[in-house]
Amino acid sequence: MAQAGDDYDPTPSEDELEAHLQTRNMEINLGPSHPATHGTVRLKLELDGETIVKMDPEIGFLHRGFQKSCENVTWTQCIPYTDRLDYVASLTCNFGFITAVEKLMGVEIPERAKYIRVIGAELHRIASHLTTAGALGLELGGFAAFLYAIEGRELITDRVTELTGARLTTNYGRIGGMNRDLPPGWEENVLKSLVKIEQYAAEVDGLLTRNRIFADRVRGTGVISKDDALDFGFSGPCLRACGVKYDVRKNKPYWVYDKLDFEVPVASDGDNFARYYLRVLEIEQSIRMIRQAIDMMPGGPVMVDDWRIALPPKDQVYSTIEGVIAHFKLVMEGVPVPVGEVYHATESANGELGWYLKSDGSGRPYKVHVRAPGFQLLSALPRMCEGRMLADLIPTFDTINMIGGEVEQ
Amino acid sequence: MSTFALDQIQQQLPDALVERYVDRAGDAWGVIKPERIQDTARLLKDKLGFRLFVSMDAVDRLHLPPEEQSPRFEVLYFICSPERSEHVRLKVRADEGQEVPTIRFIYQGANWAERFVWDFYGVPFKGHGDLRRMLMYEEFVGHALRKDYPLRGRQGLIAERPIKDIFRGPGTNGVAE
Repeated sequence: MAQAGDDYDPTPSEDELEAHLQTRNMEINLGPSHPATHGTVRLKLELDGETIVKMDPEIGFLHRGFQKSCENVTWTQCIPYTDRLDYVASLTCNFGFITAVEKLMGVEIPERAKYIRVIGAELHRIASHLTTAGALGLELGGFAAFLYAIEGRELITDRVTELTGARLTTNYGRIGGMNRDLPPGWEENVLKSLVKIEQYAAEVDGLLTRNRIFADRVRGTGVISKDDALDFGFSGPCLRACGVKYDVRKNKPYWVYDKLDFEVPVASDGDNFARYYLRVLEIEQSIRMIRQAIDMMPGGPVMVDDWRIALPPKDQVYSTIEGVIAHFKLVMEGVPVPVGEVYHATESANGELGWYLKSDGSGRPYKVHVRAPGFQLLSALPRMCEGRMLADLIPTFDTINMIGGEVEQ
Repeated sequence: MSTFALDQIQQQLPDALVERYVDRAGDAWGVIKPERIQDTARLLKDKLGFRLFVSMDAVDRLHLPPEEQSPRFEVLYFICSPERSEHVRLKVRADEGQEVPTIRFIYQGANWAERFVWDFYGVPFKGHGDLRRMLMYEEFVGHALRKDYPLRGRQGLIAERPIKDIFRGPGTNGVAE
């Protein structure tokens, strides 16, 4: 039998012209555009029958020079680029970047802005988890769960549209706080939607979790050990599925996570089912957090009162010289970020979203490094799939929930 | 901020640590000699319990003030201990073309991260063994995140690669010879 790495000569030998059953390994491409995978990734697979012998993911189809683009615009102008990183949960990327810049500048933002960020980030965490769970069902052949999940996500998208004016490319939040306050009556809308989302999440849970066909496909497949998961740099639900209790919101609380009462679910199997089920449990926790945050949110300003960072009010710009100067300097030169560097981590839907920022004081970032959780997860995909069946690749690829936008920058 | 990891590196590998400083936000950084990065990584992983690999990247220092320009590259390592909730932030400085020893066989996650750094900055990693480009294509010339690579440095289309790895089955598969 042929081994992994054998040189393959495609010209059939004399006896093969008669024998149609091949015993040699076959190389196939899964992707870059394949109906059973979401995301544009080319997986070069070497198969022995239906067993994956060797796997080599080739990524970069969605590379658009995120870092290079950021190095050539002002700090505020980077925020729209961060939308396009994790396009399923763009608010977490917006807020993560802004928080890292604020840490570099040493700016403390108003309390209300912190609560708004928690609400936004948790809403998008629910959206991301619903998409992952729904798409997992869809790609394993259960279409109904996907419809409920997307219906729930659509409600979140509607609320986010009311909040930011855009469905996906949110561009919400500015350095030093939020660019605008919540629209009137928005909290009530969110609370109403949460009731609906709870029902949809329960539907997805009920359709999939105890479904025998689904369980057979996800239980015991895509297993990774705790040591390997740490070694490869897993984070988020995928790391917690291996029994490591690590969540940036608990371990290094930012915004107001230390004031909220929530739990971090942990599993120990490290298989696809654990990764899927933790997401279902996290949706409940996120709903809990949003309700608390809306309840506890104080009034007051949402932006720091400093015209070097925040745009002055329009009437001041039109009537006073200070307003004109502040407005002009902020728009033309950007936010003055001092010389220095920082690494700051936030918890996005898929794990630790880390930012290394370096400023040379010129008003533009010198370096913007984003630590995308999916990049490390995807690099472990060969480890999880080699020696397993080809069919198990699909749920494994789904549950690591690699997002092309952030992995390929 | 806990500085347990850097204290331990300073104590146990005093000759590996070149410089130690605290950034504006109060986090500690350590600069490690390139040839000692493997020892440092082993110490962190095996003895100190920093088992969670976080990330790697590099900085091209070409446009920084003159006193900070040499050596040209700074390779960044972020490693975490979930039990301690502590990130350790390390740097290795390397000149153009200077090889940095790989930590791929200590932290498996560094495999792709080192390929990424090679792809975008052209810092070679000694002993990596599979240093292909990560996000760009093999035919791409240069390293895109270097400061002297132009923002709009477009490159022409590449020739189509010969298809070797598609097995069409025995016979001519319907294609006339």
